[in-house]
Amino acid sequence: MSLFKVFDVSGSAISAQSQRLNVVASNLANAESVAGPDGQPYKARQVVFQTQMFGSDPASAGVAVSQVTEDNSAPRKIHDPQNPAADSDGYVTLPNVNPVEEMVNMISASRGYQTNVDVMNTAKTLLQKVLQLGS
Amino acid sequence: MANSLIGSIDFQSKALELQAERGRVLASNIANADTPNYKARDFNFQAALAQATQGQASAGTSLAQTTTNPAHMSNGGGSTSTPPLLYRTPLQNSVDGNTVDLDVERANFAENSVRYEATLRFLNGQIKQMTTAINGQ
Repeated sequence: MSLFKVFDVSGSAISAQSQRLNVVASNLANAESVAGPDGQPYKARQVVFQTQMFGSDPASAGVAVSQVTEDNSAPRKIHDPQNPAADSDGYVTLPNVNPVEEMVNMISASRGYQTNVDVMNTAKTLLQKVLQLGS
Repeated sequence: MANSLIGSIDFQSKALELQAERGRVLASNIANADTPNYKARDFNFQAALAQATQGQASAGTSLAQTTTNPAHMSNGGGSTSTPPLLYRTPLQNSVDGNTVDLDVERANFAENSVRYEATLRFLNGQIKQMTTAINGQ
């Protein structure tokens, strides 16, 4: 039953999208973190998707997160001399997280997730109908 | 009579197999909707079905069961191999080199599912017909 492979394919996409959603959640949660565990401000993270083949079959191509990259663009700086994390000039370094971009990423990830769940549901319904053949 | 019924069931099962195959290809496209440089794929269903059923008639395709004795039954050639996968022409290009159009893929997947169900229904009808013939009622 080659339709069973749909579960592998869509399942891999679901886990990849949920990992992406996880990263978005981390970014949004840390949007205002002035210091991470290493004392440096948090850097926005992004997942990199890569096609993952199942065996030698060209028809089923899943997705996997190949790496999680850190955004190395310049951090945000605000002038706040009262803040204990402020430097000698009174500037506080905030993470380079762009909440708007993260929200867009979140919507895209959740749409991708939903679509793949739909695909799995359809495959499940079809397989159930196959089981009922001849009854 | 029985032969024609079995032949018809054979045809429907090949169509079913190809539709499952296509469902898999389309699911791969949907899964990779956000993968950079992924190219959406599909195959020509009409040509694939024609090829699969042609194998049925001549039993000469690569997947046909090898018979060493004329009394052996033949499986009539197979359609289990993936038909040649083609690349979709993108309607709108994207910056990351991905050619998956989610609307197109979803529409195709829905269409393919309906066709799969239709084939199942035909198959079911034929099996019922055969059961009726066997029971003789």
